[in-house]
Amino acid sequence: MPLIVLNCLITLLAVASGWESVTRRVPQYMAAFLFMCGFVNGVFAAGDAILFYVFWEATLIPLFLVIGVWGGERRIYAAVKFFLYTLFGSLLMLVAFLYLASRAGSFAFAAMREMAVPMSAQTLVFFAFFAAFAVKVPMVPVHTWLPDAHVEAPTGGSIMLAAVMLKLGAYGFLRLSLPIVPDASREYAWIIVALSLLAIVYIGLVSLAQLDMKKLIAYSSVAHMGFVTLGVFVFDALGLTGAIVQMISHGFVSGAMFFCVGVLYDRMHTRKIDDYGGVASVMPTFAAFMILFAMANAGLPGTSGFVGEFMVILAALHTRVWWGVLAASALVTGAAYTLWMCKRVLFGEASGSAVRALKDVNMREAAILTAFASAVLLLGLWPWPLTEVMQATVDGLLEQALRSKL
Amino acid sequence: MNQLALGAALPEIVLVAGASVLLLAATFGFSARLLHYSAIGVLVLCAAVVWTLFPGHVVSAYNGMLSVGPLAGMLSMAVLLACAGSLAYSADYLADRGMLCGEYHALALLSAAGMLLLVSAGHLITLYMGLEVMSLALYAMIAMRRDDTSAIEAAMKYFVLGALASGLILYGLSLVYGASGSLHIAQIAARIADAGPERRAVLAVGVVFVVAGAAFKLGAAPFHMWLPDVYHGAPTAVTLFIASAPKIAALALALRLLAETLAPLSAVWTEMLVIVSVASLAVGNITAIAQTNLKRMLAYSAISHTGFVLIGVIAGTREGYAGAVFYMFAYVLMTVGGFGMVALLARAGAEFDRLEDLRGLAKRNGLAAMLLFVLMLSMAGIPPMVGFYAKFAVLSAAVAAGWTWLAVTAVLFSVVGAFYYLRVVKLMFFDEPDAGAAQRVTLKIPAAALASANGALLLILGVAPGALMNACLEAVGASL
Repeated sequence: MPLIVLNCLITLLAVASGWESVTRRVPQYMAAFLFMCGFVNGVFAAGDAILFYVFWEATLIPLFLVIGVWGGERRIYAAVKFFLYTLFGSLLMLVAFLYLASRAGSFAFAAMREMAVPMSAQTLVFFAFFAAFAVKVPMVPVHTWLPDAHVEAPTGGSIMLAAVMLKLGAYGFLRLSLPIVPDASREYAWIIVALSLLAIVYIGLVSLAQLDMKKLIAYSSVAHMGFVTLGVFVFDALGLTGAIVQMISHGFVSGAMFFCVGVLYDRMHTRKIDDYGGVASVMPTFAAFMILFAMANAGLPGTSGFVGEFMVILAALHTRVWWGVLAASALVTGAAYTLWMCKRVLFGEASGSAVRALKDVNMREAAILTAFASAVLLLGLWPWPLTEVMQATVDGLLEQALRSKL
Repeated sequence: MNQLALGAALPEIVLVAGASVLLLAATFGFSARLLHYSAIGVLVLCAAVVWTLFPGHVVSAYNGMLSVGPLAGMLSMAVLLACAGSLAYSADYLADRGMLCGEYHALALLSAAGMLLLVSAGHLITLYMGLEVMSLALYAMIAMRRDDTSAIEAAMKYFVLGALASGLILYGLSLVYGASGSLHIAQIAARIADAGPERRAVLAVGVVFVVAGAAFKLGAAPFHMWLPDVYHGAPTAVTLFIASAPKIAALALALRLLAETLAPLSAVWTEMLVIVSVASLAVGNITAIAQTNLKRMLAYSAISHTGFVLIGVIAGTREGYAGAVFYMFAYVLMTVGGFGMVALLARAGAEFDRLEDLRGLAKRNGLAAMLLFVLMLSMAGIPPMVGFYAKFAVLSAAVAAGWTWLAVTAVLFSVVGAFYYLRVVKLMFFDEPDAGAAQRVTLKIPAAALASANGALLLILGVAPGALMNACLEAVGASL
């Protein structure tokens, strides 16, 4: 699955991003990332409910430690909030698994997919899954753990969290909600769509008001994941494809943006937008990359952000016109907050002696930025390999989502 | 016939003989360490005896007084290994406080003998006798330090409330005897199966008293008030002992009385246990959040774990009982590790039982912090530790038996519980150590090896629980 490839690439880049900035307890830091990579691979590869759940919960441990030990000032609050929030949803998912397994006689997903489930049970199972995945994705209104966790995590932790962890939730919707409880998914799709549109529009506006760069990108992550959930629940082949492309693309784009903020933070030790200004005059290479990623975040054609968003908007337009219109408004707000942040940080006069003393990116940072940029451009200009690989999956998912299992 | 009769009681005989030899050796002035290791040796020897001797099917001996089988064998071995583990952790702690003497170990062995008697009981009087022998030895162990007021207070509390609970059980059993006409466990279930309404009323009252007494012994709410005070007041080595093995014995008591003897009345005691279980989960998890003392926190968490174990008993199926037994084994492993670490990290004259003492432990002693980390996560039920599989086994049995709402409740309280376990992790890993206070905390090599083996076992059983779970399933299938 392309998600596993995404995970491995991002882990590599996340580990490289912490090369110089992590100085305390480096072995434990690296070990935590390796554990995370392994556990996330386990979630994506699991074909059995127990394995899925074990790996799902196990991913919490290394990330909790990374945020809590190497994080910022309010790291303890953020780490505990992250852990308990996601644990709550996951445990409800566990009960749903136990119920399904007791009916199906086996914990394998294949068995759960084939088994007929009455509507009342489907509703409860759907909402149990919804609790787990909505917190993980995150959807409004259970998204409040994400800004705290992202802001307080170290750069590598933020990259992993945004690029990979959020995809776990969307993957769950695709792999579990759609095939196992399709009737309830279709019945209650309007809730998911409403929350997705709310995330896209409202969180887009919230991002506009942020003063901290990481928080801004965190909120923009919520808005982008709104596209993903919207794409999943319009039950359209184009929408599903767009959702998966958006997942991969968002992994690279938001990973890249957090890395950019990390580069600035390593030098200035502040994330406030007001402390910066005119960075482009002293760090031109960095500014070029940052603008590229900002464009990708906003959904400029030619970058990977456009491909996924466009497919999802088209699919939404096919289903209901005003859904598509609302989703398309994200293109406007996305451009607004990202470009405004870039303008305030990068352009204009260098705003202080600290900014004037900044050095441009070194070899390691340039290499990481290039890796992210090539992924973003490749996916944006030539998404065909990805969509081709996913075609069979998408068709299968759509077929399972549209049948009735009563 | 004679041979089998001796074989059935051989573990208890070995333990009592061992206790007597220890008492004699103590008066003859043998070194306390030697007595300590001998006691552990006797326990392990006894476990080996149980392993080789106990049959694969239920056999009754001594005219039905003892009833030994696979389940009794498993529980006996668990009791003996838990006692051995508890003693192994406590050597330095006891030596520093002048408690490392032959009498302490003799009491420990006698308590273990009582537990074995309780586990293998086939007759109500044997059951009660085992219960009393176990409890009386424990009271004496707690009160061993005569000049420690909190220990004396804890012992008095445990003694008075424990006597009350035993009285409740006895009264309930007498009513059951009145209604059934027999004291043999195997016969009672058959005799009360077709009880008329008057006999059922008498039996119902008997069940209420039995459940109340059993819940007390297990430490389940609303009969839990003694647990935090006793666990906190007793010296940590004794807390370690009374938190681990007697819990297995109490579960055996509950299973023997409720699942075997009073099986036809399962509707009555299941309802009661549901209330007890939910109350335990609620009280245990919520009150633990407010604790500042590590021992009290572990005590309240023990109450919440008891709630989980009772869910397995409530499920009433083979998987449910096996899940409850597996959970109890996992819980004992975690408790021995938890209180064991508190005992290992204590020093002469200074206890290590406040949460504040854990601050920055990761910097002070990496191994201790890592072991406590694995323990806390296991208690919270996070995979891949054994605590997760134990919760999973119990919950899956409950859902399969139709108790889905109970499973959801248990899971919600687990989230509440995760908070205080995470708080320990936070104190150890995320906080800086207090300047000046006991900076470097050292663990001696044997102690570190023991604790590491404990932690490793938690991880191994968490990843590969199948063998133990299958053993529990077979044992329960053969016996209940």
